[in-house]
Amino acid sequence: MFDARSQRPRLVVIGNGMAGCRAVEEIIALAPDKYAITIIGAEPNVNYNRIMLSPLLAGEKTFDEIVINDRAWYEANAIDLIAGVAATAIDRDAKNVALADGRTVPYDQLILATGSTPFVPPVPGVDLPGVVTFRDAEDVNTMKAACDRGGRAVVIGGGLLGLEAAYGLARNGMDVTVLHLMPILMERQLDQSASHLLTRALAARGIAVMLEAKTTAFVGDGRVEGVQLEDGGFAPADLVVVSAGIRPNTALAQQAGLDVARGITVNHTMQTSDPAIFAVGECVEFEKQLFGLVAPIWDQCRALASALGGDGALHFQCSDTGTKLKVSGCEVYSAGLFAGHDRSEDIVYRDAARGIYKRLVLDNERLVGAVLFGDADDGPWYLSLIKSGESIVDIRESLIFGRAVTEALAGVNPSDAVAALPATAEICGCNGVCKGTIVEAITQKNLTTLDDVRSVTKASGSCGSCTPLVESLLAATLGDGFERGPSIKPVCKCTDHGHQRVREEILAHGLKSMPEIMQQLEWKTPDGCASCRPALNYYLLCAWPGDYKDDKSSRFINERAHGNIQKDGTFSVVPRMWGGLTSPAELRAIADVADKFNIPTVKVTGGQRIDLLGVKKEDLPAVWADLGAAGMVSGHAYGKALRTVKTCVGTDWCRFGTQDSTGLGVKIEKFMWGSWTPAKVKMAVSGCPRNCAEATCKDVGVICVDSGYEIHIGGAAGLHIKGTEVLCKVTTEAEALETIAAITQFYREDAHYLERIYKWMARVGLDHIKACIVDDSNNRRALHDRFVLSQRDAQVDPWAERANGADADEFTPLRPALAEAAE
Amino acid sequence: MNTALWIDVGAAAAIPSRGARRFMFRDTPIAVFRAGDGGLFALIDRCPHKGGPLSEGIVHARSVTCPLHNWVISLETGNAQGSDSGCTHALPVEARDGQVFVDVGALSLAASA
Ligand code: FES
Repeated sequence: MFDARSQRPRLVVIGNGMAGCRAVEEIIALAPDKYAITIIGAEPNVNYNRIMLSPLLAGEKTFDEIVINDRAWYEANAIDLIAGVAATAIDRDAKNVALADGRTVPYDQLILATGSTPFVPPVPGVDLPGVVTFRDAEDVNTMKAACDRGGRAVVIGGGLLGLEAAYGLARNGMDVTVLHLMPILMERQLDQSASHLLTRALAARGIAVMLEAKTTAFVGDGRVEGVQLEDGGFAPADLVVVSAGIRPNTALAQQAGLDVARGITVNHTMQTSDPAIFAVGECVEFEKQLFGLVAPIWDQCRALASALGGDGALHFQCSDTGTKLKVSGCEVYSAGLFAGHDRSEDIVYRDAARGIYKRLVLDNERLVGAVLFGDADDGPWYLSLIKSGESIVDIRESLIFGRAVTEALAGVNPSDAVAALPATAEICGCNGVCKGTIVEAITQKNLTTLDDVRSVTKASGSCGSCTPLVESLLAATLGDGFERGPSIKPVCKCTDHGHQRVREEILAHGLKSMPEIMQQLEWKTPDGCASCRPALNYYLLCAWPGDYKDDKSSRFINERAHGNIQKDGTFSVVPRMWGGLTSPAELRAIADVADKFNIPTVKVTGGQRIDLLGVKKEDLPAVWADLGAAGMVSGHAYGKALRTVKTCVGTDWCRFGTQDSTGLGVKIEKFMWGSWTPAKVKMAVSGCPRNCAEATCKDVGVICVDSGYEIHIGGAAGLHIKGTEVLCKVTTEAEALETIAAITQFYREDAHYLERIYKWMARVGLDHIKACIVDDSNNRRALHDRFVLSQRDAQVDPWAERANGADADEFTPLRPALAEAAE
Repeated sequence: MNTALWIDVGAAAAIPSRGARRFMFRDTPIAVFRAGDGGLFALIDRCPHKGGPLSEGIVHARSVTCPLHNWVISLETGNAQGSDSGCTHALPVEARDGQVFVDVGALSLAASA
């Protein structure tokens, strides 16, 4: 009956989805009467827009609104639609397709548009009612029915589709949790900063996100009740939506003996290994790539139409495409590449007040990638620059500000550009200050410096990213009367802010993670550098004791491996000897460890303890286990932390001793070990002014005298040699301990990262420290109490933890599969 | 051209984000890095300055800072960045079905020559 239509060649399409129908539309547009067309679709529905499943779920669209080709379209184009019957086999010799109902359909040209199937992790419980995928209108109906009952939904997969499903479910009143296997949401499109912002934006919409969450089972009695996670966690759920990627449907093609890799392999004209058979859409693999996004699939359809209905000149090519997340109120756009290019460079822009993050990746003066969060309007423009591959040298400065600014500034130098701006142009986005206001303030109030402008207008007072603009305005307004002030030394090249500012902002805004700081303070790099990351990690640790989770990846190797790296890559190990005291048992254990692990060098340090040098990294946990068994803990000789408390023998043995200096040293060390500090801290207690413990060149030193204890600070004996200053004198041991804890905490909270106490003291002044600690007893006690609080979580022996298996990966090399590659 | 020699060095999940793991191929130490954006890279684990173990450095963007004297090395090319110059070898790396593969072809020729 099909062929009654004409004597035309028969074109058969397997798959009544978007790609198949679009291909047919394109072919008809080029060659309206060339073929007698038959479309075979397993789904009973007419062709609808799968991209609109999310709006369908969210209730923003009805099914009728997402239908692309209704029955009338098939009729008008004389297309024979065989709906609700699956194709079961292709006979390439006879050139026909077998259907599930026993019929066969002959073809001259065949198009496979079989699409893809959602990937469902092979774990127990996948068949439980209530576990669904998010692929077709049927799935949406199931999800909507679940929403009517209400309750909790878990979405597995934080990719584009999964997040859209989560959003739809939340809109329908479900309590939604997204479980994502990777540490970054939409990891193929976003970076960590954008993922962090997105997580926050989703939370504001009632969607919780759990990263690095691996599903091990779906649990329930007759119906799903929750998801079991690998780390032992459990996420209760009345509905589970799996959106963990797709697998191309290749079974038919494979049976027919066509070339199939992950998808059905095709050439530039979408032709398979059989010249009479073509393939298009999500079932296809081209140049090792699979396709799930609309734009490239539409390109495929055009290339296919050119081959079957035109001159075949149009070839399909993989090109960059943009991805936009359709969650209302969260503008997220991503295009191009993020990694894998020579000499690529980042331009990062962050506007904390408006929640904006933009990152452009440049390679060799061309734009190769873009991630936009919060303001995605320029996405298509960036995409066009990526695709065209044109040089961006001339617009580099303004590129990140988008198309409008770039075009306005084209060919203009920066100070002329400022002069050319209208009075209403906004200069400071954070505080909403426009050019007119600033110029007026400068002229009427006779302002001459950046600080003046800041204090009068608030411009450039928050994030500081408009500082260069304000300076240009000052220069333009004052002419020669303007001198650029001394600027604050930034933490590193990732930011314009100094250490002080960063520490203040962490507290003022309650910033509790590194991505939050980088966003709020508008870091210029995606994830900082080896200078700022350790600093931020310390600041967070100090600001939120017990709350902030230490970030290993932001620690120098010494603090990550809890030993000192040596120039040959081995480590040194220094166990604590409280106040310099040791015992035969400890010494025996050290000797045994040195023998057992062939440790080449054993040395007495200047801090009254023993250093084992040349330990192999893999041996560290075992070395620590043996030392730990003898009662020894980490000496933190590797850390920005309390190192040693050196002592002399004091009243117990010395005829000059005035107090129990050894005892006090031990008490100090037991009280203070484990605390992280901006730079290393060394202490000492001498039993009399003869000062055998050399307390007057330590960061904090105590000199015992007949009437009590002199507390010294700010000594150094390294690159610089500096004697201590006397902070105060106290009469009891308890007062000495309180004062020392207070100094240390003050230093911990106030100093810049890597600033030793003597440098900190030079910066803030001894008088200031005296006023805060000696004169103000309430403040001293408060500091002491905060120190005690932070010690609660700090005094865990890192060696014992690792000897018991923590961070095992850090100490174990990879073992490649090839035998010859084993060590 | 070297012949490719892809070896399976372990589970992709074992390479920590902004971190590295190392293995020996014959006598050559090789570091496998994961950048903050998830990208995997492999370098010969010797800093072009004085041979420091790059696998122990801090990883940021697509670079690693050497733990010994803070040279910054590109994970993509193995080139020293900024004013320093020098280069360590970058090797092709790929994740397939959750396993990491490194192409040590370049080394195996050198080693057997
Ligand atoms: S060895 Fe790497 S910086 Fe010196």
